[in-house]
Amino acid sequence: MSEFYLDILILLDSTLRLATPLVLAALAGLYAERSGIVDIGLEGKMLGSAFAAAAAAAVTGSAWLGLLTGIGASVVLALLHGWVSIHQRGNQIVSGTAINITVAGLAPTLANHWFHLNGQTPLLDGPARFQVITWPWVETIGAVPVIGPLYAEVISGHSAITYLALFTVPLAAWVLYRTRFGLRLRAAGENPEAVDTAGISVYALRYKAMIINGVLCGIAGASLSTALGAAFVRDMSAGKGFLALAAMIFGNWKPVPTLMACLLFGFVDALQGRLQGVDLPLIGEIPFQFTIMLPYIFTVVILAGFVGRIQAPRASGIPYEKE
Amino acid sequence: MAAEHSIAPLPGWAAATLLPLLNLLAAFAVSGLVIWAIGESPLDALKFMIYGAFGYGEAVGYTLYYATNFIFTGLAVSLAFKCGLFNIGGEGQAMMGGLGLAVVAIGLDGLPAILLVPLSILGAALFGAAWAAIPAWLQAKRGSHIVITTIMFNFIAASLVSWMLVGVLKAPGSQSPESPDFPEAAWLPKMHELLAGIGLEVGSSPLNLSFLIALGCAALAWFFIERTRWGYEIRVVGGNPGAARFGGISVSRSFVLAMLVAGGMAGLLGLNELMGLQHRLIANFTMGYGFVGIAVAFMGRSHPFGIVLAAILFGALYQGGAELAFEMPAISRDMIIMVQGFVILFAGALEHLFRPQLTWLFGRLRAIGGTGV
Amino acid sequence: MPPALDVDGASMDSPDAGTSASAFAIEAIGLEKSFGPVRANAGVNLALRAGSVHAIIGENGAGKSTLMNMLYGLYRPDAGEIRVFGETRHFGSPHDAHEAGIGMVHQHFMLVEDFTLLENAMLGFEGGALLAPQKIAATARLKELAAQYGLDVPMDTKVGDLPVGLQQRVEILKTLFRGAEILILDEPTGVLMPQESEQLFQIIDALREQGKTILFISHKLPEIMRIADNVTVMRQGRAVAERVVADTSEAELAELIVGGKVAREAARSGAASPTEILRLESVSLAKKKDAKETLSDISFSLHQGEILGIAGVAGNGQSELLEVITGMRRPTTGRIIFEGEVVADANRYADARELRALGLGHVAEDRLRNGAVAVMSAEDNAILGYHGSARYARKGILDRAAIKSDCAALIRDNDVRPPLPGLAFGKFSGGNQQKIVIGRELLHSPRLLIVGQPTRGVDIGAVTRIHDQLITMRNEGRAVLVVSSDLDELMAIADRILVICEGRIVGEVAAEEANERNLGLMMAGRRLEDVADGPGAGNGC
Repeated sequence: MSEFYLDILILLDSTLRLATPLVLAALAGLYAERSGIVDIGLEGKMLGSAFAAAAAAAVTGSAWLGLLTGIGASVVLALLHGWVSIHQRGNQIVSGTAINITVAGLAPTLANHWFHLNGQTPLLDGPARFQVITWPWVETIGAVPVIGPLYAEVISGHSAITYLALFTVPLAAWVLYRTRFGLRLRAAGENPEAVDTAGISVYALRYKAMIINGVLCGIAGASLSTALGAAFVRDMSAGKGFLALAAMIFGNWKPVPTLMACLLFGFVDALQGRLQGVDLPLIGEIPFQFTIMLPYIFTVVILAGFVGRIQAPRASGIPYEKE
Repeated sequence: MAAEHSIAPLPGWAAATLLPLLNLLAAFAVSGLVIWAIGESPLDALKFMIYGAFGYGEAVGYTLYYATNFIFTGLAVSLAFKCGLFNIGGEGQAMMGGLGLAVVAIGLDGLPAILLVPLSILGAALFGAAWAAIPAWLQAKRGSHIVITTIMFNFIAASLVSWMLVGVLKAPGSQSPESPDFPEAAWLPKMHELLAGIGLEVGSSPLNLSFLIALGCAALAWFFIERTRWGYEIRVVGGNPGAARFGGISVSRSFVLAMLVAGGMAGLLGLNELMGLQHRLIANFTMGYGFVGIAVAFMGRSHPFGIVLAAILFGALYQGGAELAFEMPAISRDMIIMVQGFVILFAGALEHLFRPQLTWLFGRLRAIGGTGV
Repeated sequence: MPPALDVDGASMDSPDAGTSASAFAIEAIGLEKSFGPVRANAGVNLALRAGSVHAIIGENGAGKSTLMNMLYGLYRPDAGEIRVFGETRHFGSPHDAHEAGIGMVHQHFMLVEDFTLLENAMLGFEGGALLAPQKIAATARLKELAAQYGLDVPMDTKVGDLPVGLQQRVEILKTLFRGAEILILDEPTGVLMPQESEQLFQIIDALREQGKTILFISHKLPEIMRIADNVTVMRQGRAVAERVVADTSEAELAELIVGGKVAREAARSGAASPTEILRLESVSLAKKKDAKETLSDISFSLHQGEILGIAGVAGNGQSELLEVITGMRRPTTGRIIFEGEVVADANRYADARELRALGLGHVAEDRLRNGAVAVMSAEDNAILGYHGSARYARKGILDRAAIKSDCAALIRDNDVRPPLPGLAFGKFSGGNQQKIVIGRELLHSPRLLIVGQPTRGVDIGAVTRIHDQLITMRNEGRAVLVVSSDLDELMAIADRILVICEGRIVGEVAAEEANERNLGLMMAGRRLEDVADGPGAGNGC
């Protein structure tokens, strides 16, 4: 029993860790889409930030400086996408794809140029990497039955970015539903004309949304290379940007349900790691390729099955033109 | 009069040629900046690339070999686009096409080439088509956004194929995820072998019969869209779904039809990569060709002839880039991926970046011409 | 400069015009606006007495919307001046109009459907960075306004879930919340049921009593008589007359609207044949089972050598009727019989292409929305709907030569300009677009032509040509069904006119007995018996 309980706790612990970049990137997508900009470039921005963060951390020895650099790189890309979508009225899908591909090539190129490690950055350790934070009195509380291990295994022992990610969810909900900015942002994604006739600049709102999008993607990317991992590796975002997009849709463009979707995807990921090579009774060994595709299948089923109940912001993806 | 000139629209030929050219130049200029930043000469790089892509027979063979992939995926994007659908699932459709091809080629081992090759091609097209038809159907009947579903289908296809490659399709004794070799009857002949057969000596390259098949597909795609009733219906649906109902055209049927054809085209990617070169199914053989198809379709203005030209351009970029990486150690293949990204950005998303300037320029030219006369 | 209110010899009614600027909420002086070669507003003068309801009436295309959009800051006038409460204003955006105290309720509401009334009202007028502290005051203010003007709206429902009538109240409340003293209502009853309209009028009465000024755009005479104090008539971009409503009549206004023009001389010759070509039997249409019907129990028949007109206020089921007859939508119940053959009932449903093959042509009421593909060439558009016929396609392959020669004939016979078959449809002018879509059907000599809004957005020259074409069809013993919002057009070309209201046929008049009054009253849902000054059949609304 207690071993099973511990298994579950370890699983939950990995879930939180694996969900961290997803939560941040999904919220990034959420801000963009709520303002009316479709963003399939989450992947590229995460990758760009992962590289910039790892490179800066390697050079300066500070994970926090790395994080700032990563955020900077990601914001630049987000503003590029914003400019294409807002002022140039370009195709947002193509722009997102272009950013994904460009970064996939640019990041290892620069890595190679600077570090000569075949497209990677040097291994980070010590303060150059986000270390896990052990909560106070883990020893003491950990000894308490049932709650103790939960505290020690699941709640304690994550990097600062994970706690930050969990904090951004209620923050996003608060911003969207409780502030003037959120009200306007949501309106811009639903009916930009109503925003315009109320005397508010739709363009400015969308640029602000893209800056937030860039910051969040930047943190997500930095978490890949300086918290979960310890260096930048080619293609290390490995589809997480698309997974985050799926989580955002799964969460119906709302912060808390999006968090739930990310946790579910993170759990599936943790589970497949845990079950690898394990022969389950009756089922046998579950191939990890199956568990990998589960989130994508969930998303398709959600899109196909919940018509009407799942509603993208009405104006997302449509460039706004003043009359 | 001057005012009238300044608002005159850009001539069609200029929009079709000068704009893409300017976009391309802009993409190269930005790429050149990166090359310069890492301490290499952009001009030398350009020289190496052009020579590497077109400088000698073998190079041309490689360029056309890569172009073949882009013709297939470019057509896959543009055929869907004609129906107003954004197909970014070329990657997954190509993957499934490869699976279909492998299943037929390995499953029907023993058949003579004359049967096995067409059947394998059919298998590739059918699997690719089916994989594209599901998102199309979901879009038509359930309103599921095809951009998202095709992205999801890319990942599902990749997982599915890699699962097959470690399971039922696994080559005995191999450690990597790959299928056993196809029977030789399912191999497509290389062009240099074919040409040698008629007495022409050309450099050896992986360029194979698929290139001619791809050209044939481009011609067929043009005929299908411009000269058949179904192509006409697809264009009407893409242009104005309201008019489709008015003309008695089923929107859902056109969606599914367009995506079937598009998916079939993407599915044929395996002809070049697998039947032409690898002779077995390997994981990730699609290498992002499906995504580059988006740029090819945009640059080619969704016209099959334009797509062939754009595909050759991207083929040259690939081949020239590989040579460049060989000549300039500071530059890796990654750099070429970046250049592609910039081309997609400028030629696709920023299509109209230079339109105001060019329009102004033409207005000025006309004004000067007008006063001169 | 006092406003020049003397227009077309009609003397201004108010003796104190111009003497006291503040007596007017809005004064527009010589407003000009052109779009390309079209002069949408040609020196329009308008003066709105503060605290009154001022109506603007005119036909489609008379320039009403352009004028509104200038007063609301969406368009900038090419010339002229706008004064609000005596002060000259230059509006760069709707926001400037807001600041001047002008609010507008658009025909298409500017509402965020996902928001509640409170959120919609607060948007842009939040009063602070956080919503919560302001919400209490805003809610109280909205409740107060609602009580003051009788604008009862549920506060906590998303406006997208409210019926249209309530959404309109949300719009009015929103503009009041934002401090509007002058409200522009653009065709506000166009989307309302008659009883809802009456409720709206009560709200307008309340607004006027409390000192608000209302500019009311409409093309319906009875409601102007009901609600307005003054009325300005617009025709061809000009304000051609102004009247005090109490001193005028529907008849006088009707004449002013059309410019006293005599009815066109219809070249109709010969009576309709008794042979029936189309019959509808109890046709109904509902979006879903048990949902409200957009068409209920429609029955009528049409004979060879006849033009049948359908009149009604926009949105009363005309579009649906067109779609049902032409195979774009399947009726929920009932039967449609074309030349003795059942083409739609529970067992059979012929789609648009099949009906065309049988000889039933269709000219869509909105050519750009569903009658053509703007990005495709004229040549490609020339076969839409006929593209599957043996004439153009064999075994699925298009016969380009046949298409080319037919398109050339179409261009020649209909005088399409410029005569370029390769030009994209969207690049032709409205009139030439209409020539193409009508010519496309005529090319195949349909025995029945269904036409929606035959001359909408078409220049005067082309109007006559189109009417002649329809009348020629009729005289040749074929048949035409015309749906039009232009009563003059119907009276000029139709043999009989059916009036549709809320999805039902409420009456029928022969062309000779039709006039603005009896048609207009029936369109508002009144029974023919109440209306008739002569005999006629009526089955009531």
